[in-house]
Amino acid sequence: MRNFFLLYYDGFKNMTKDGKRLWFIIIIKLFIMFFVLKLFFFPNFLKTNFNTDKERSDFILETLTQKHK
Amino acid sequence: MEHIDVSLVDWSRAQFALTAIYHWFFVPLTLGLSFLIAIFETMYVRSGDEEWLKITKFWMRLFGVNFAIGVATGIILEFEFGTNWSNYSWLVGDIFGAPLAIEGILAFFLESTFIAVMFFGWNKVSKNFHLTSSWLVAIGSNLSALWILVANGWMQNPVGMHFNPDTARNEMLSFWAVLFNPMAVHKFLHTVTSSYVVASLFVIGVSAWYLLKKREISVAKKSILVAATFGLASALFTGLTGDSSAKTIAKSQPMKLAAIEGLYNGTHGAGLVVVGMVNPSKEIDNNENPYLFQIPIPNMLSIMAKGKPDAFVPGISDLIYGNNSEGIIGVESRIVNGKIAVSALRDYKTAKKENNPEKQQESLQLFNKYKSDLGYGFLENAKEAIPPIALVFYSFRVMVGLGFYFIALFALILYLLYKNKIENKKWLLHLMLWSIPLGYLSSQLGWLVAEVGRQPWTIQDVLTTNFSTSQISSGMVQTTFFMFFALFTLLLIAEIRILVKQIKKGPEGGSNV
Repeated sequence: MRNFFLLYYDGFKNMTKDGKRLWFIIIIKLFIMFFVLKLFFFPNFLKTNFNTDKERSDFILETLTQKHK
Repeated sequence: MEHIDVSLVDWSRAQFALTAIYHWFFVPLTLGLSFLIAIFETMYVRSGDEEWLKITKFWMRLFGVNFAIGVATGIILEFEFGTNWSNYSWLVGDIFGAPLAIEGILAFFLESTFIAVMFFGWNKVSKNFHLTSSWLVAIGSNLSALWILVANGWMQNPVGMHFNPDTARNEMLSFWAVLFNPMAVHKFLHTVTSSYVVASLFVIGVSAWYLLKKREISVAKKSILVAATFGLASALFTGLTGDSSAKTIAKSQPMKLAAIEGLYNGTHGAGLVVVGMVNPSKEIDNNENPYLFQIPIPNMLSIMAKGKPDAFVPGISDLIYGNNSEGIIGVESRIVNGKIAVSALRDYKTAKKENNPEKQQESLQLFNKYKSDLGYGFLENAKEAIPPIALVFYSFRVMVGLGFYFIALFALILYLLYKNKIENKKWLLHLMLWSIPLGYLSSQLGWLVAEVGRQPWTIQDVLTTNFSTSQISSGMVQTTFFMFFALFTLLLIAEIRILVKQIKKGPEGGSNV
C-alpha cells in the first residue's frame, strides 16, 4: 500500500506544468458536476419526494395506470 | 395523453441526447487508443527499440488528456436518470443494479489502479509489469463499456426479467440471460470495434499531419503502420458484427429495421437500399412511393435479416396493422391487449388496497395473460410506434458508407506503406488528417440509428418514452440543458486545445502529463 501511495505521490509531485493544468481542469469539472449540478439541479425525484419504496412503487403504479384512463 | 407534458419529454430527450453525444466524443478514443498504446509498448518490450518507447509515451500523453477531460462525463447521464427519468429508473432499477455495480467495482477499479502505474510507473516497476498494466488499463476500459452496453442491450431487448406488479419494477430472473443477451453481445462487439476504428483514424490523422510537416517521419510511419493494421482488422470486424446485429434487430426490433430501410410494405426477397432518398410525403396510410429514388441490391435485406434470400421481411404497415399470412400481430391489436393489461394492473392495485383477495387474484390472472403487451397500453395511436424514418434511414447509410470508406482507406495506407510511398502522397495525407472527424461522425451516427430507431420505446415493448419521465417542470430541464451545453462545450474546447498543443510539441517535446 505504501509503495502504491508513493507511486501516486511522486507522480503528482513531479508532474509537468501541462499535467498540473490538466488536473486543475479535472478538479474544477468534478466540483461543478458533484457540488453544483448534482446538489442543486439534479435531486433524485423519487428519493426527494417519497420516504419509502412502498410509496415510490405506489406512485409509479399510479402514474402508469392513471395517466390515460 | 393530456397529462403528459410533451415539452418536458422533448427537453428531457434533448438533454439526454446532448450529454450522451458529448460523452461519446471522449469514450471511443479511450477504448481504442488504450489498446493501441498497449500494442506500441509490446513492440518496445519485444524489440528493445527505444523509438517504440518514444511512440508509446507520446500517444500515452494524448490518451491521458482525453481520459482526464472525459472522465466521469458519463455520470451526468446517471444524474439525469434520477431527476428527469424517474419512472424509467424505477422500472429498470433491479436490472441495471448488477451490471452497473460490477462496472463501478471491477472495471473502474482495474482501470484507475493500473492507469497510475501506466503514467507514473516508468522506471519504478519492471518493463513487463508496466506492460501488463497498460494492457489491464485497455481491458479495464473496455470492460467498463461492456457493462454499460449490457444495460443498453437489455433496453433494446429486455430478457431475463419479469415485471412485479407489487413493486412496479422489472426484476432480474437470470443474470446470465442479461449478460449474454444477443443484443448486448452484438452491441458490445460492434461498439468497441468501431471505437478502435475511431482511435486508429485519430493516430493515422495526427501522424499524417507530421508527415505533411516533414517532422517525426519515423515515429509517424511506425504509428500509421500499427494503427492502419489495427484499424483495418477492427473495421472488418465491425462490418461482421453489424451484419449479426441486423439479424438480432430483425428478430427483436423489426420496426427499427423497417425504419432503417424505409420499408412500408413487407415482402419476400426484400432488397437492401444502397443509395436512395426517402419521400417526405410518404405516410403509412397514403399510396405515395416510399422513395424518391433508390438503388437496391436484390434479396440482400432478406439475407441480412433472416439469412435466406427469399425470407419475408415485414414492413411498417405489416407491423402496424398485422399480417395474418406471416403470423404478425399488429401494433393496433397489441394496443388493445396492452390497455387490458394496464387496466388489470390498476384493478389489482385497487383490490390490494381494499383488501379484496378474490378481485386481486382475478386481476392478476388477467394481467399475466396480457402483460407481454403491457407497454403497448401506453400508446394512444398505433402510428406512435413508427420511429422517425428519414433520420434513421440517412444516418444508417452515412454510417455504413463511412465504414466501407475506412476499410478502403486503411487498405490503401498499408499498401502505400509497403511500397514506401506514403509520404509523397500529399492528397492522401490530407485525406488521412480530415478522416479524424469522419470517424467520430460515423460513431455518433451509429448511436443515433440505435436510439432514435427504437423510438417510441425506452424499454422495447415495455415502457414508452412518454411514460418514462418524472413529473418535474420542463423549465428546470431547459435550464440544465443549457448549463450542460456550456460545460461540455468548454470541456471539448479545452480538450482540443490541449491535444493540439501536445501534438505540436511532438514526441520529443514533453514528458508525461
